[in-house]
Amino acid sequence: MKLNRRTMLKLSAASVGLGTFGLPVLAQQIDELVIAYNVTLPSWDPTVGPSAVNPTIQGIYQSVFDQFILQQPDLKPAPGLLTEWGWNEDYTQVWMTVREGVKWHDGSDFTAEDVAWNLARVANPETGSPIQFVWGTLANHRVEGNKVIADVVQFDPTIFKWMYFLTGYVLPKAYYEKVGAEGFEAAPIGTGPYMVEKFERNAFVRLKANEAYWGGAPEFKTVTIKFVTDAAARVAEVESGNSHVTLEVPYEEYDRLKATLTGVAAPISDIGMIFLNDIEVMTDPNVRKAAAHAIDKQTIIDRLLSGYGVKIDTLETPEYDAYDPSITVEYSPEKSVELLAASGYSVDNPVKFKIQTTKGFKPKDYEMVQAIVGLWRKVGIEAEIEVYEIAKHYELRAADQLAPAAFYNWGNSVGDPTTSTGFAMFGPSPHSVWDGQELIDMIGPLWGEKDEAKRIEGWKAVSRYIADEALVIPLLQYVQPILSAKGVVVTPHASGALLPHLMKRG
Amino acid sequence: MQLFRAVLLRLATTAVTLLGVAIIVFVVIRVVPGNPIAMMLPPGATDADVARLTAQYGFDKSIPHQFLIWAGGVLRGDFGLSITARQPVLDLVLGRLPATLELSVMALVMACLLGGVAALTGTRAREGAGEAAIDVANGMALSIPDFLWGLILVLLFGVLWPLFHISGRVTPSLELPFVTNFYLFESVLRLRFDLWADIVSHMFLPALALAIPLAAIIGQLLKQSLKETMHLDYVTLARTKGYGENHVILREALRNAILPTLTLVGVQFTFLIGGTVIIERLFSYEGLGNMAIDAVINRDLPLIQGIVILFAVIFTAVNLCVDLLYAVLNPRLRHG
Repeated sequence: MKLNRRTMLKLSAASVGLGTFGLPVLAQQIDELVIAYNVTLPSWDPTVGPSAVNPTIQGIYQSVFDQFILQQPDLKPAPGLLTEWGWNEDYTQVWMTVREGVKWHDGSDFTAEDVAWNLARVANPETGSPIQFVWGTLANHRVEGNKVIADVVQFDPTIFKWMYFLTGYVLPKAYYEKVGAEGFEAAPIGTGPYMVEKFERNAFVRLKANEAYWGGAPEFKTVTIKFVTDAAARVAEVESGNSHVTLEVPYEEYDRLKATLTGVAAPISDIGMIFLNDIEVMTDPNVRKAAAHAIDKQTIIDRLLSGYGVKIDTLETPEYDAYDPSITVEYSPEKSVELLAASGYSVDNPVKFKIQTTKGFKPKDYEMVQAIVGLWRKVGIEAEIEVYEIAKHYELRAADQLAPAAFYNWGNSVGDPTTSTGFAMFGPSPHSVWDGQELIDMIGPLWGEKDEAKRIEGWKAVSRYIADEALVIPLLQYVQPILSAKGVVVTPHASGALLPHLMKRG
Repeated sequence: MQLFRAVLLRLATTAVTLLGVAIIVFVVIRVVPGNPIAMMLPPGATDADVARLTAQYGFDKSIPHQFLIWAGGVLRGDFGLSITARQPVLDLVLGRLPATLELSVMALVMACLLGGVAALTGTRAREGAGEAAIDVANGMALSIPDFLWGLILVLLFGVLWPLFHISGRVTPSLELPFVTNFYLFESVLRLRFDLWADIVSHMFLPALALAIPLAAIIGQLLKQSLKETMHLDYVTLARTKGYGENHVILREALRNAILPTLTLVGVQFTFLIGGTVIIERLFSYEGLGNMAIDAVINRDLPLIQGIVILFAVIFTAVNLCVDLLYAVLNPRLRHG
């Protein structure tokens, strides 16, 4: 192009014109932290409705509200709004000591009354808490000084773990009663590290630092969380500098961008697994065991997930309380062939069943199942893949109508064996599809076991039995990729929650 | 009188259409797999919890019974509560409608401008290299779907040459003095051109992605109509009167040639609104389409119903308007 005075003037005018349209600011000096989040926030009440049990939005809730008990990035509990807690000697009561000097975002005092009210509220079936079956195990909540006492209706060894799990949030009693559910949705307040400044549904939430936060004021004073649900758009957001932090991007993009941005990829509490339903050929232990031994999990992780995953052989990950590294299921196609032969199957006469999977719900879910089916074919298993939506999976699982094999991901951010192996494998649970009586008899007593060491050992024994009998096929622990602009240090949380108050300049 | 009767008839058929849409949507989203209660159950929920939640959301009743309850509410202006947002569906849907309408109108305007310029240029340069170039460009624009155009535009003008915003509707840090959700129009009315520029910067790429395929259709059809019109006697007469080619095209041929394009634009506008679903998702634009995808993922049945009914109302209203406009512009229809 020939550059002359007129051309230069035209280019200058065009640049000025485009400038008036508000060019995106690149992340040189970050005053306002912008996060491209992978899901939207449908509701602000973290204790009722479907949003309350949606693990992907807990990070936003935890920015505004505190849970009863703080959960550290390694999933371990720590003093939060409750500084101490426990049972009385005969386990007929629970007691909780409430932190003093904490303020709600409107400046009013947080008290033990708030804690008691919250526990009673979610225990009431009429409130609509999806976790009422847990909170309902406590009753007659009362305040004694800065202590809250409640009677144990039914002993649940995990009750305090639920206090840093789904729906375990503390809402402001006086404010909520004053403004009602609708008013709370419009202007939510909590005791958390950030206050809600502006919320546009399906678009963004703008947060302002709570300078009086009991855990110390957050480093970034203003945080905007943009809801960018498309993975390609999130990549573009951080690559263009429109956002400083994002998560859940394709691993290939993560590898490409971590050279120019800052990347952190740490294991989270979500796992990938294959449910085995005790129907059709899955009642044959040889078929189940052959299917389990034929899967080369590490190669699948390396080839399909670029190495971002941790191979697991039980439903417990290394961060979980009942993890037992001595329980392993070896990759041995030879053993699979032997087992299948014992039941009359071979490559020429394969055993046939259906495997269901989602496609695109989790990273490479369909591709992983394709690879598994390929490995199975080599040993004499012919599996037909059926793709379904995650909503259908939930429905089929609740009705115990899953196919003989079904890929799924299980989240367990408190790391207790009841909320992983327990709910997934206990026959009477609506979320389990394995109904074997022997396993039911093993798990049954553990629900109410008061000796913690004995309880954990019991769950390890359950895991060993499940692995030996191949009642489920655990595959991998997911790794969450997080990208951030240079100058933003992100502390990953093993629960998968992306927490802005754990982000620092650096 | 004939026109008035035709309008009444269209309104009556519109009501029947909407009722049919409502029934089909209501039944289909309850029959397809994906129970919203199963989705919200946490691990460990008991059968009693399932029954309690099912009753709480009214899914324990038969589908006809549920429909009657819902239809009764709709007649009173109550579309029910969103399961996920726990807000009235009507408020949610009407709150997002302006964003989608503004995006669609902007896309339509861009499509008409681009398509119009392409058609006029092609007609002016007909039978030559200029027309061939326009045809090639049209072919390219048509063969690439709008979401792919969106990705291309994000890459070009969001990442490689970051001129425009690639997500959202407005910069979150801006204070908005608006009382309606028609941000674009209200910013003009309030003479807040700083906000207007920010809003346009956010809307430009999604609107362009929606506009490009439609512009190609408009350009192709209008050019064809213009070329046919250019052979008619009255156009020849205009030429013999000594009018120049531009005058003949713009002042003589265009008025008649535009009628079929107008009908097409009306029909395509409804498709364009449908196209916002994917484009809004890609650009994280806070419109109805984005909300619709979330509603489907979360099996938020009341919200899905509300959005679909609103889309149906828009579709029928646009078609009605196009028919009326066509009748007004076409003397043969106006006078019977």
